[in-house]
Amino acid sequence: MSLFLPLTFLLPLAGTLILSLSRGRLGEADSAWVGVSSVGLAAVITALLTWTYLVSPGTYEVTLWTWIAVGDFQPTIGLALDGLSLTMLGIITGVGFLIHLFAAWYMRGESGITRFYAYMNLFVFSMILLVLGDNLLLLFLGWEGVGLCSYLLIGYYYQTAANGWAAFKAFIVTRIGDVFLAIGLFLLFRELGTLDISELLERAPQVWAEGDATVELAALLLLGGALGKSAQLPLHTWLADAMAGPTPVSALIHAATMVTAGVYLIARLHGIFLLAPGALYLTGVIGALTLLLAGFAALAQTDIKRVLAYSTMSQIGYMFLALGVGAFDAAIFHLMTHAFFKALLFLSAGAVIVSCHHEQDMRRLGGLWRRLPLAYGGFVVGGAALAALPLVTAGFYSKDEILFQALLAGHGGLMLAGLIGAFLTSIYTVRLIINTFHGEPKSDNARHAEPGRGLVHGAPLVVLAILSTFLGAWITPPLQGVLPAAEEAGHGGALALEIVAAGVALAGIALAAWLFLARRAWLRERVAQGWGARLRTLWYAAWGFDAFFDRTLVKPYQGMVKWLRSDLLDRTFARVAWLAGLLHQGLSRTQTGRLRWYATTMVVGATVVVLLLTLGA
Amino acid sequence: MTLVWLILIPFIGGLLCWQAERWGGMAPRWIALGTMGLVLLITLGLWFQGEYHLPDPTAASEAVRWSMEWRTAWIPRFGIEVHLALDGLSLVLIALTGFLGVLAVLCSWNEIVRRVGFFHLNLLWILGGVVGVFLAIDLFLFFFFWEMMLVPMYFLIALWGHSGSEGKTRITAATKFFIYTQASGLLMLVAILGLVFVHHANTGEYTFSYDALRNTPLSDDLAMWLMLGFFIAFAVKLPVVPLHGWLPDAHAQAPTAGSVDLAGILLKTAAYGMLRFALPLFPEASQAFAPVAMALGLVGIFYGAVLACGQHDVKRLIAYTSISHMGFVLIGIYAGTELALQGVVMLMVAHAFSAAGLFILSGQLYERLHTRDMREMGGLWGRLGSLPGFTLCFSAASLGMPGTANFIGEFMVLFGSFPVAPWTVAIASAGLILAAVYSLLLMQRVHFGPAQDDAPLAGLDRREFLMMLGLLALVLLFGLYPQLLLNTTDAAMLEVQRLFGAADALSTTLPMGVS
Repeated sequence: MSLFLPLTFLLPLAGTLILSLSRGRLGEADSAWVGVSSVGLAAVITALLTWTYLVSPGTYEVTLWTWIAVGDFQPTIGLALDGLSLTMLGIITGVGFLIHLFAAWYMRGESGITRFYAYMNLFVFSMILLVLGDNLLLLFLGWEGVGLCSYLLIGYYYQTAANGWAAFKAFIVTRIGDVFLAIGLFLLFRELGTLDISELLERAPQVWAEGDATVELAALLLLGGALGKSAQLPLHTWLADAMAGPTPVSALIHAATMVTAGVYLIARLHGIFLLAPGALYLTGVIGALTLLLAGFAALAQTDIKRVLAYSTMSQIGYMFLALGVGAFDAAIFHLMTHAFFKALLFLSAGAVIVSCHHEQDMRRLGGLWRRLPLAYGGFVVGGAALAALPLVTAGFYSKDEILFQALLAGHGGLMLAGLIGAFLTSIYTVRLIINTFHGEPKSDNARHAEPGRGLVHGAPLVVLAILSTFLGAWITPPLQGVLPAAEEAGHGGALALEIVAAGVALAGIALAAWLFLARRAWLRERVAQGWGARLRTLWYAAWGFDAFFDRTLVKPYQGMVKWLRSDLLDRTFARVAWLAGLLHQGLSRTQTGRLRWYATTMVVGATVVVLLLTLGA
Repeated sequence: MTLVWLILIPFIGGLLCWQAERWGGMAPRWIALGTMGLVLLITLGLWFQGEYHLPDPTAASEAVRWSMEWRTAWIPRFGIEVHLALDGLSLVLIALTGFLGVLAVLCSWNEIVRRVGFFHLNLLWILGGVVGVFLAIDLFLFFFFWEMMLVPMYFLIALWGHSGSEGKTRITAATKFFIYTQASGLLMLVAILGLVFVHHANTGEYTFSYDALRNTPLSDDLAMWLMLGFFIAFAVKLPVVPLHGWLPDAHAQAPTAGSVDLAGILLKTAAYGMLRFALPLFPEASQAFAPVAMALGLVGIFYGAVLACGQHDVKRLIAYTSISHMGFVLIGIYAGTELALQGVVMLMVAHAFSAAGLFILSGQLYERLHTRDMREMGGLWGRLGSLPGFTLCFSAASLGMPGTANFIGEFMVLFGSFPVAPWTVAIASAGLILAAVYSLLLMQRVHFGPAQDDAPLAGLDRREFLMMLGLLALVLLFGLYPQLLLNTTDAAMLEVQRLFGAADALSTTLPMGVS
């Protein structure tokens, strides 16, 4: 264990080092080999670890070295493997490997593929450290590391300035969350004197009573960090723009793994959140709001990837909702199934985009189902899971669990939001599939789509498609003993809710199919003017958060930068020099060289002195 | 005697460089490289031989623990001595001086072509003066070295500098630098003399000795005024906003080696002065002044960061980021906990590496593009070999990415200061966002975006590549295994913390005002 556990992240790190130190000596194929195999080997090791773990469950700890030792401040470079981190590790290396593999097809012929795989491997390295770190400082290292890789990969096509700015935005917005997280760490360390996660969870109930103001504050600060990373309100604005990166990046970082880091963080620190019912409830409310607002936004997008991006926010909203009602295991279960089906959807989208010569606007696609059967299959299976089609999909089981737990916890409002969200999900999913694959091709790029071939292209799609069905839901994350046990499903209530949820999903699908297939013209007319058009604009702009932040934060900051640009304080000091110069000029003016002037001033001076002396005496 | 040699070697080396110019331009470069390499080697030898780690932190002794000491009378009439002493803090900073000295010589290899010998004379004399500052514990001697390092720096900027971006000449920049630091140095001289005279009035003996003056009883008001004399001198050098005006000009106009020395070492002499003199000599006054100092630190963090975002000149941008980083240093020093103080040392070293890295890179950029104006750059990523990759790494360090030494420094300062001043730390943490803004703005404006020209430019040659790789390796080494450094400075920092902390206990019972 102590040998294999570090290897999971050392292998991707080795990949990064080989690729980045090659200085252009590696060709496209070699780079892909290095990049894919390093993650593949990590996945093999994870499989070994899983086997070991299932044989004898428990928490495995490996401390590599003491990172910092100053007084009580003793964070280590230490790893801890338990059911939760094992689940995450499996997702990261397993899904990660499939996406790396697919990327070899997606990225072929692009320049700088070495750079691409170096970043991707670095990402996997950081993400693994994030989930394996046994203390919050090491977790923070992974947390910032994945942020940096996300930045680098969003801005991968650097020659377009807009991509760079999208990456910039992603980094800064998540960094705002990170600062909250950092302050949370300062507070936790001051109060509990440790950053070790297991010790924190042990000491927290001893120090704080439930609902204590300090623990609420600490939980809120941690929540702030989670909101940024997981693109939840109000720090969600970066995720849609993050789609500027290559599609495999969107699949890996902005769907399956990094954006779920916030969910992991809260689940990992559940002991602190359980002491802070206020913060926990807020988590659920934010999740519910995000899933609704993002669901509406997804209805109006025209770019395939942006639809998927908003759907990701919405699905993570479900996870936050689950966390908020205390159903931590349901959140992680949905995290896992979501990783499967959303990775599938993104990779299928990638297949469509490459096949259609980098066309990703649905208004210029259409009619692709015959030409791209594999991608179509991926979209149908993934979309069904996303829409939680009853019984046959993985998404149904995980989403239903969340709604049921919300109901059990007595949060009827949150459950209702989840149901409405499920309805929206069905509609936008069907819209996405119909607009992309059915009807007539609406551009030459769509008419001349070239289907992807080969194992590298097909295998990841097929494997992920299998995992997105009910087969994926059979994988039960080994969370017993790590997270508080969920209440057992009382059969009567569960069944009723299952039927309702299934009905909602089916109703959404039926409505969408009817709207987009049968009543298309009518719908088009509706959204062209009046209220329809206004709603469409509003949803297209995702409720106008971008414009709002632009006006309240970005513009004032730019104004301040402009105002201070010439260093006003320094200018003030320049006045001193100016004053000295003035004095010098004034005095040198008296040096006229004329005797008359000197004689006059001497007389005046002497008179003044005499006068002062006599008056003073 | 080793301590004396540490100071003398750069001075002698400088003279040799000056004379060696008659054998061609390469001779001074090699001599300077050898000289600084020797200083570095001696320091590393001391590092590995000496014992600086405190085995038992609770056993902090009353007397200052010097690992090495050397003293001889200089002007006996006034009790002035040549008194040098070394502890973990000075050792680390001298090692840093040696290392950055080597880098400064290397990065000037092709840049400096005129009067090579005299250039290296000035460069080495600056470094010699800095080593003197780090070793002198006689206050008069300290002042001597403090003033001494200004003169060669003045020449470095005035003779080999670039003209500025907004029509400012290098002479103006050099003069501004000189007047700022000279005027503030005079305040320190007055404060030193004041302290000596009070000591004389109490005991009837003249002495400039650190240990003797440390125990001088002072009235609260007097202590505050004398402390301010020291503080202002150090605040100008650190620099603390609003006394920072000289820095952007000096940085922008100095040759690369000058910028490396300025950011890497000269700024650190100020933090060193606070840790060595301002706090231990006037613990109560410093404690009373701490809230003001921390507020100034906050102002510096944000003012520097906002101004960095507005610059067009790469080197000015980096100069303003230095101001921002030094704000964290100031907060850490006046928080005064062991964790914060150790973080300050780490941050000083880390900032030296990252700022030196960025300055050297912008020097290399200038050699290739002949401009420092970012409006004329953009899209350089694919055109410059590994230079953009290194810029990315050092930008990441500058924004405090975990894994780099900067992260360790900043976060130790923040963790350590939080119990003392939670609100200050919470606000300062927001500076981390702005750090990301300016660092990524630099990347975006210089390396990303559409290329203005497709012609490939020369990549890094072997010398440049190795220089950057070495710096980066150190940034990562101290980021992942900071104990190398922290173990060396813990005894010295615990001593500062003990003095300052004792004053804290006192000041809570005896409230003191600034006036």
